[in-house]
Amino acid sequence: MTVPKICGIETEYGIIHNGVEDSNPVVASSLLINSYLVEMARSGEGGPAVGVSWDFEDEMPGNDIRGITPLDSLAPEVETHLVNSVLTNGSRYYVDHAHPELSTPECSNALDVTLYDKAAELILIRSMEAAANVLPPEQELVVYKNNSDGKGNSYGCHENYLMSRDTPFAQIVTHTTAHLVTRQIFTGSGKVGSEAPAMSTGDVPFQITQRADFFEEEVGLETTLRRPIINTRDEPHADALRYRRLHVITGDANMSEIATFLKVGSTAIVLAMIEDDVLPREHRFASPVQAMRQVSYDVSLTQPLELADGTTATALEIQWDLLDQARKYANSHGLDSVGGEIAETVIERWEQVLTLLESEPMSLADQLDWIAKYQLLQGLSQRHGLSPTDARLRTLDIQYHDLRPHKSVAARVGLQTLLTTEQAKVAIANPPSDTRAYFRGQCLKRWSSNIVSANWDSLVFDLGEDCLRRMPLADPNQGAASHVDDLLAGCESATELLQRFSKSN
Amino acid sequence: MSEREQIKKSTPQRREAEIEQSPSNTEQGEELKAELTDLLDEIDEVLESNAEDFVKSYIQKGGQ
Repeated sequence: MTVPKICGIETEYGIIHNGVEDSNPVVASSLLINSYLVEMARSGEGGPAVGVSWDFEDEMPGNDIRGITPLDSLAPEVETHLVNSVLTNGSRYYVDHAHPELSTPECSNALDVTLYDKAAELILIRSMEAAANVLPPEQELVVYKNNSDGKGNSYGCHENYLMSRDTPFAQIVTHTTAHLVTRQIFTGSGKVGSEAPAMSTGDVPFQITQRADFFEEEVGLETTLRRPIINTRDEPHADALRYRRLHVITGDANMSEIATFLKVGSTAIVLAMIEDDVLPREHRFASPVQAMRQVSYDVSLTQPLELADGTTATALEIQWDLLDQARKYANSHGLDSVGGEIAETVIERWEQVLTLLESEPMSLADQLDWIAKYQLLQGLSQRHGLSPTDARLRTLDIQYHDLRPHKSVAARVGLQTLLTTEQAKVAIANPPSDTRAYFRGQCLKRWSSNIVSANWDSLVFDLGEDCLRRMPLADPNQGAASHVDDLLAGCESATELLQRFSKSN
Repeated sequence: MSEREQIKKSTPQRREAEIEQSPSNTEQGEELKAELTDLLDEIDEVLESNAEDFVKSYIQKGGQ
């Protein structure tokens, strides 16, 4: 049976330090985040939990969901010496692998994930401005929300979904692969050229996604080398007997809110259908890795993909099938586990987008990143008579993702929105109200001077006693406003909170 | 695929609405073209001026 699809996004941003020779991305990322933390503490606007660091107690990125760790797998290293902060909206903002990274709080639905992803953009913009205040005038930090530098280096935008431990992993692999490969037609952010081995811009002038070039395995533990379509990192950040966390690493970072909303919303529904075992048909690819690239390289959206049973299907056909199953699932099981009414709007949008992808794809230039970018590239090419390898096209590609408002191309193309900037500003300092992120965020807002460290599933308090006190938050569903507001309202201090907490447990 | 047919059949209202709008399509098309021209004007202004150098210097370390 399905469990509530608590979900979130973690984005590694590209960063450039202008005005210095031999810039160091780790230093630049640290400077960016520290500038933000200092400025927000000074201005008193709220956001960072001052003095609270990330707690690595439960980080086990080497655990493999399959139960065994192949000897040739390289588990990601946990870097504890770099900037690592916790925000009062329940997010984590830190330096990872030479990139600034922001992980949204746990959310109960795709719209909240979109909201916190947008809040994250505002935080990164504010960080660039804060850094500008401390850097000499000739220097500047610039942040890009993309996934590749066009030279074979990729950095991720990962999604996380809470899943039931009861669901057999093999069942997750086949159906999820079918969705991850074919959803690219609306999740892609578009890219000029190819970074796959032995491919060039001559072979692939433009492709739908930033990431497809970088997947070499079907299933595996790595995230930085030989990336797999299905990642097996088994680190639930929750009760491991009941839950797993599916770590999806195939997605592009999206500038379009619609694309983020559909990406997370459709995937949550597909995963719920897998858990409830309602998908009648398997779309098993003859070669998933090849299919991943075929879909990304095919802007006509018509190429048949070879299936293991000898038949073929296009990405659109497989998406129509998944959508049809989602409609039936909504009728038979309801959508409470995936966000209720919000999931209904996911299904409506999903259908509208597939319909237009099939009939007039270019009309989605105000909804999907790859189409917005493709239209601009074509327009610029025609206007100036550019060859497919002209540097101006790559410049446009990169600059689409520039987060500086005065330089961002995405900010100029008239993308439809689902949320207002005001809503996103509120989300910078306030957690979602219906997951454990609420409890974490409220505690950080009220008692950060008593909290030493925090992570996804616990808070560590210093009450001035001999030892520190760890408060476990093992269930991502618990800690919502409806559960804890009375408790929080009745506590004057962190000491009181812990006293009440230990009485009730 | 049969599922696909079913989905389309379940949304006849939307399809009819689209057809009714068709007389204004050329006008809309012109409007869209004009919008794209304005947008390209803006892009030409905002695009990093030395494209070759910009692309060359955009180097990132691989991440996850």
